[in-house]
Amino acid sequence: MIQFLIHEKADSVGVATVDIKAGEVAQGLYMDSQEAVEIEALHDIPLGHKIAMTDHQVDDAVTKYGADIGRVVAQIKKGEHVHTHNLKTRRW
Amino acid sequence: MSNPTVMAYRRANGRVGIRNHVLILPLDDLSNSASEKVAFNIRGCKAIPHAYGRLQFGEDLALFFRTLIGTGANPNVAAVVVIGIEPEWTKRVVDGIARTGKPVTGFAIERHGEIKTVEMASWKAKEYVHWASELKREVCDLSEIWVSTKCGESDTTSGLASNPTVGNAFEKLVAMGATCSFGETSEVTGAEDTLVERAATPEAAQQFMDLFNRYADMIDRNKTDDLSGSQPTKGNIAGGLTTIEEKAFGNIQKIGKKINYVGALDKAVTPTGPGLWYMDSSSAAAEAVTLWAAAGFVAHFFPTGQGNIIGNPIEPVIKLTANPQTAGDMSEHIDYDCSAILRGEMTLDESGDKLIDMLIRTCNGRLTAQEVLGHEEYVLTKLYESA
Repeated sequence: MIQFLIHEKADSVGVATVDIKAGEVAQGLYMDSQEAVEIEALHDIPLGHKIAMTDHQVDDAVTKYGADIGRVVAQIKKGEHVHTHNLKTRRW
Repeated sequence: MSNPTVMAYRRANGRVGIRNHVLILPLDDLSNSASEKVAFNIRGCKAIPHAYGRLQFGEDLALFFRTLIGTGANPNVAAVVVIGIEPEWTKRVVDGIARTGKPVTGFAIERHGEIKTVEMASWKAKEYVHWASELKREVCDLSEIWVSTKCGESDTTSGLASNPTVGNAFEKLVAMGATCSFGETSEVTGAEDTLVERAATPEAAQQFMDLFNRYADMIDRNKTDDLSGSQPTKGNIAGGLTTIEEKAFGNIQKIGKKINYVGALDKAVTPTGPGLWYMDSSSAAAEAVTLWAAAGFVAHFFPTGQGNIIGNPIEPVIKLTANPQTAGDMSEHIDYDCSAILRGEMTLDESGDKLIDMLIRTCNGRLTAQEVLGHEEYVLTKLYESA
């Protein structure tokens, strides 16, 4: 069963399509190539929330839709929950 | 490969419509009552009451006339009866609609009273309904169908699947030579730099930036607090959206990846050629679709997450959702359920094809959920208070 989707290969996050529990090996799918991918979730990822596909350092960009959607403000490991605690807008 | 064809109505000015409405169009708020009485007397015509048309001036008045004339001129409309309180502005709307070559007659209430006006207008409406009822659908190329899009009550399923489904369909329609449009100036904030890059020409980019800056100035003049705290909304954040950039990029999935816009238009302005067009609009659904109908668009793609139920009296609104809960508990409002994408059971390419299939069925006469439910929100955009 698909548990998260990634818009395109260049993206550094996927989006949960069901609630994912910490410790689960979650099944993902790249929407552009239809390629399957597995990631061990390090946090609970609620439906609609983002899971890191790679490690991110502070000041890195988070990429979704192939676009920069903001700045990393706290280190993120692959499989962690990406949200307001570690990602901020570049606007204000 | 040749384009799909649909059975639709070719109007005197060459444009193609997919509905055959006889409209009773009030010039002003005072004339709503007479218009609704005519529509009650005569079956097969439709009154579209609204709140404005008195003591407007300047740019706001220009937009008002553009919207009313554009509504009557829309190819989904066969003929129009205009009713106004006084003859001068009534004639201005009649003359504007008459440029399309379609039958249109105006009636003024002053010097007749409402009862006499309703009688005269009912005779004319009856004549128009008989005439329109004998018009025949004919074979038209799908590229002759003008399609607009905006989303509403978006959630993370919108950015994941229903918006990109529209983007995929738009790429295919524009490749066929169709005329398509998107907008929602407030909701592209955060992705405006990318939208500048999506302009086909430097002129189109400049037109977009002028409209975007005008919107930003309007917000600055009227805001009572810093909008930075409210975008994304608390509901957006609870649903998983983190930044305004992320929200904006989810929104512009509706124009796909491969197509660029050929121009950026002011509200309710008619495109001058095929391709993708930006149109300045509010993100309030009924206001925005009313503006696209007035610009001449005959069908609308409306992706929704949590379930926006909006409709329009003359431009059929095709609703799609990827949220399985909305597709289930609000199914009467949904024309196309694309939630299979979220389960990994359907690709965006397949979903775009299915949406185009639904567009073709709608063109051929299938009523949308919004039409069957009678959702006919006709909402004029007002730029500032009347004199």
